[in-house]
This record gives sequence, structure tokens and C-alpha cells, in this order.
Amino acid sequence: MNKTTILETGVGLFVVLGLAALFMLAMKMSNFATYSSKDGYTVTARFEEIGGLKVQAPVNAGGVRVGRVTGIDYDEKRYQAKVTMQIDGRYKAFPTDTTAAIYTAGLLGEKYIGLEPGGETEYLKNGSEIRLTQSALVMERVLGQFLFNKAQEKFPN
Amino acid sequence: MTMLRNLGHWWLGIMARMGRSLIFLVQILFGMHELLLRHPREVVMQLYSVGVLSLLIILVSGLNVGMVLGLQMYNTLVDFGAEAALGPVVALSLVRELGPVVAGLLFAGRAGSALTAEIGLMKATEQLAGMEMMAVDPIRRVVAPRLLAGIISMPLLAAIFSAVGIWGAYFVGVGLLGVDEGAFWSQMQAQIDWRDDVLNGVIKSIVFGVVVTWIAVYEGFDSVPTTEGVSRATTRTVVAASLSVLALDFLLTAMMFNK
Amino acid sequence: MSEIDASRAALPSLVSIRDLKFGYGGRKIFDGVDVEIKRGQVTTIMGPSGTGKTTLLRLIGGQIKPQSGEVVVDGRHVPKLSRQGLYDLRRRIGLLFQTGALFTGLSVYDNVAFPLREHTRLPEKLIRNIVLMKLEAVGLRGARDLMPAELSGGMARRVALARTIVLDPMMIMYDEPFTGQDPITVGVIMKLIRQLNDTLGLTSIVISHDVQEASSISDYLYVLSGGKVVGEGAPDAMKTNESPWVRQFMQGAPDGPVPFHYPADPIDDDLFGMVTA
Repeated sequence: MNKTTILETGVGLFVVLGLAALFMLAMKMSNFATYSSKDGYTVTARFEEIGGLKVQAPVNAGGVRVGRVTGIDYDEKRYQAKVTMQIDGRYKAFPTDTTAAIYTAGLLGEKYIGLEPGGETEYLKNGSEIRLTQSALVMERVLGQFLFNKAQEKFPN
Repeated sequence: MTMLRNLGHWWLGIMARMGRSLIFLVQILFGMHELLLRHPREVVMQLYSVGVLSLLIILVSGLNVGMVLGLQMYNTLVDFGAEAALGPVVALSLVRELGPVVAGLLFAGRAGSALTAEIGLMKATEQLAGMEMMAVDPIRRVVAPRLLAGIISMPLLAAIFSAVGIWGAYFVGVGLLGVDEGAFWSQMQAQIDWRDDVLNGVIKSIVFGVVVTWIAVYEGFDSVPTTEGVSRATTRTVVAASLSVLALDFLLTAMMFNK
Repeated sequence: MSEIDASRAALPSLVSIRDLKFGYGGRKIFDGVDVEIKRGQVTTIMGPSGTGKTTLLRLIGGQIKPQSGEVVVDGRHVPKLSRQGLYDLRRRIGLLFQTGALFTGLSVYDNVAFPLREHTRLPEKLIRNIVLMKLEAVGLRGARDLMPAELSGGMARRVALARTIVLDPMMIMYDEPFTGQDPITVGVIMKLIRQLNDTLGLTSIVISHDVQEASSISDYLYVLSGGKVVGEGAPDAMKTNESPWVRQFMQGAPDGPVPFHYPADPIDDDLFGMVTA
């Protein structure tokens, strides 16, 4: 092996290694593989309160990720938050009376949307709205409610 | 009064240098097409001395930083019973910050100083003037391939640094400390966004590559052509390039992750 | 004298410098210099150190521009040339640097081949023939695989010379070719300068302060001092020149019009003078 060959092989190795590292970062260490899906459909849902829900948050059904949140907006006519989510194309059969609820992963974790299918025979399709929703629990409100109830128990008027 | 004057003098000097280096960059970019058409092999040669020769220090440092991160984060997270979050925490710090920044600093020290010294010595031994008298433009022939090689190498080196670092944290966390392997990878995948985190990290490293190499070749080309001048220019490259990496990192972070 | 002048005037000039003025900052290096380099001749420009002899070569090569005056090379006004025009001109001028300025990363062979590879699209086989021929001309065909770091100073200069003539220039400029060389190397370089000039039909400009060597190979000499030409003529005529400047330089007298002392206050004042505040 002469000098040029060693040099060129080294450069080749370097480039392969670098691209492999980039590939690994994308495929194994991030959500690139599951990102895909232009082939999905979009549904919307309105919530009274979304807590700390963010765009890109997962949408789960039975604990399995089926889509993600793509947009969050505020509807000024109804004074509600409007959440747009994209469901993967392979999950086609969510009934129209599916419930969407905002949950928290763990005590301090991220917010996500959980879908609970209902019993209708018609399915959600692109542009549908999920009518049955359950807002996020906001810790201050829950605590406030709890204290209020306790107080009422003690001093019933 | 004299202090004010010195300050003004110093400031004007800095401004003049920045102006000159900007003109220099424009000159290099104008010669780029010619380089790619006529001397593609020269870029390969420079990829070797800029990229391949920096590989060892990047691999060793990446592994080390990753292992230390794994250890430290584990000790903190385990108190909250959240050691399953080790994967995303380590990966986020590496991909967003430590990968581009530490690789950039190492690159400034390893490749940047070498570039400045090489070009400075070529100037001091009249090789650049000789080239000019042979009707060969040293900016196109000597500087442009080095700049291009630096811009190509830096993102690859940063990606290698991050990937090796994550593997280092994996060895420590999963291998030694018993974090669940499935949780380590799946949490990482769920938390790390390829566009917000990985792509932004790559963009950062490209910017660092441009700036570090630009400073290095400019300092070499602009150095006083004596032994002392070249050694000073080399020091200036490492200092200026490292500070630029840190300052730009703050700016870029503020722009990218400020939601 | 006038006969020689007349015959010299009849020769065509390759380089004409007229009323050249040049300085760095406030320091004047040239203050109205006139130099004529005739085609086919070896012309030496001499002068004490620090008189800007090397600067003159850089002005001819267009690396720097004069503040005023003309520099005409082969009918072209160098300071007015565009970048492209300048590069076209430089392709036909060789400059041999004091240090040789070989590319340290390339072997002797690649150094000599460099201008060919840059400026021509000749096949590698033809390049090899040309390179070996030029190396043969300087006697270093056997050293083609060495790296510049392995060469002695004299050899490095000869390799640089081979590189300078590889594009068959019309003119070669030598910057202090004898400085710091042993007598044998000086002899070799003297022989090469004269031989290449005559066999290849070149024009040569030599910058030197080695009076003996320069006189023996040159057709014409210029002596520069204090930013002006203080004497010119054929080597023989210069030896009998009456100008005190020329005489001091040709004979190597330590004191004369070029003073031994750097300008200073009288020594009595400096050593014993009262310091008054």
C-alpha cells in the first residue's frame, strides 16, 4: 500500500464513519423512523384546558403511539383550545364516539393525548372532530377543589 | 485620554481585521468552483489532514464525555427513581450541545492550529509568494481546499462525537449500572426529535466548522511571516476560534430552542 | 564610452523602469529610479543591504504597485494590468527566491512538475519527460524522489531553478542567488545562470551584492543606493568608475558615501553631554 492509498482509504473510512454516526443519530436515537407518515389523517378535538400539552406530543391508544399533535390553537368563539392531531394511516378504525383525554406521563412527565374508542360503527376520517373530550388536570385546580371539599365537610353550612 | 485612545486604536484594529477576513472569505468562495472542477483530489488530501487526523481525539473524548455523563446523570436521576430517563438526558445533552461544542473546541485545537501553522509557514518560507509568481492563486490552490475540508469534516466529527458518547453512556448505564436496556433506547427515541434536536445539532456543527476553519486559514494567511509571527497566529487561532464557538453556540441555541 | 552606450541603446529592452517612486509608510525606498533591462542579457542590480533590491523584483512581478513611475515589461504596463493580465505575464517570468521557496509537502519531482500541472493539460508521460529534462539541466535528475527537507541549500536552489524554467519563461529573476552558499555551489549557480541565459535565449536579472561573482557573469551592472541609481555600466567600465559611491561598493570600503555610522548625535554629546530636563 503506498501513501496515496492509505490516505484515500483513511478519508473513505472517515466519511463512512461520519455518515454512519449521523444515520444512527437519526434512526436509532431519535424519532426519525417513526416520524414518517404523510400518509395519515388529521382529526381535531376541543378541550377546556390542555395544561402543558405541546406540538409534537404523542397521541396514544391503549398505550401504543398512534399519532402526534400537529397544531394547537385557541378558538375565540367557543373559548376553547383546539388541538389538531395526525393519526397514522394504518390505524383507520377509530369510532366517531372515541374519547380524547389529556394525560400526564408519570408525575412530572410530558402531557400526551390518550384515545379511548367508543362503540359506533362509523369511523373517524380526515377532518373529523372528536366530540368527547376530557381536559387536562391542572394541579392547582385539583388541589383547590380538594381543599374546598374538605372545608365543606368540616363546616357544612 | 491615552486610555481612550488606546481603546479606540484596539477597536479599529479589530474592525479592520474583521473586514479583511470577510473579504478574504469572499475571495475564497469565488474560487470554489474552480477548485472543485480542477483539483477535487486536493480536497481529499485536506480531508485527511483536517478530518482523519482529528478522528482519534474526537473518538476518545466522545467516549469519555459520554461515560462521565452516564455516570453523573445516573447518580442524579436514581434519587428520583427516574434512571430510565438516562438515555434521553444523555442523548439530548450530547446531540444538542456537547457534541457540536466540544467537537468544535477540539477541532479548533487540533485542526485549526495545524492549518494556521501550515499556511503561516508556507507564507514565511515564501511558498505562497512563489506560487503567486508562478501565476497560481494561493487562495484558490492552498486556502480553498482547506476551508472546504474543514466545513465537510466538522459535522461528521460532531456526529461521531455524539454517537460515540451515547454508546459510552450506554456501556456505563446499561452495562455497569443496570439501567433497563429497552427503556434506555425507547425513551431516547420518544424524547429526541430528529428535526429539533438532531438536525439543529448538525446545523450548529456546520456553522462551527465554517467559523473555525475560516479563522484558522485567515490567521495563517494574514500572519507575520516570521517564526514568532506564525506561533502568535497559531495561538490567536485557538483562542479566537474557541471563543467564537462558545459565543455562537449561545446565539444559535437561543435562536433554535427558544420556544 | 559613448560607443558602448550607442550600441546598448540599439538593443531592444525587455524591462523598462522609469522614474520609479515607491515607499512603505513614510520610508522612501525608491526615489526616481531608471533601469533598462536589455533582451538576451544578464543584468545585475547591486547595492548595499536594505536598498530595496528585492522590492524591485516584486515591482517587476506586479506583486506590489509603485506610487508613481512606469514599470513596463515586454511592452505591458505592469501596474495597470488586470489580475488576468498579470497572471498571463507571470507565466512567462520566473522568479528564483532567496530560499528557493520549494513546496515542502511535495517531492522534488512534484515540485518541478507543479507549474506544468497547473497551467497545462499535458499527459503525465509528457510531463515526466519535461521534468526529467529540466532536472538534468541543473544536474539533479537523480534527486527526483527526495523531499525538500532532504536537500542542501544549494541543491534546493537548483531544484527551484529547474521549476522556474519548466514553463520556458522569457525572463528569470534571481533574488540573491549566491548568498550563504559554499564556493562550489556559487560556481555551479554562476555557470547555470550564464548557461541557461545563453542556451535558452532568456533575459536574466540578478539581484546580488557579491561584486566578484556578479561582475563575472553579467553584461551590465546597476548600483543602487539611497533610493537612486548611483552608477551603471558594463562590468569592466564599472571597475574604473569614478563615482565615489560605485567605488566604495565595488571595492568594499567600510566607510565612504555610505557611512559606517548610523546617523546619530555627535558622540561627545551622547556620552558626556549634560542631560537637561
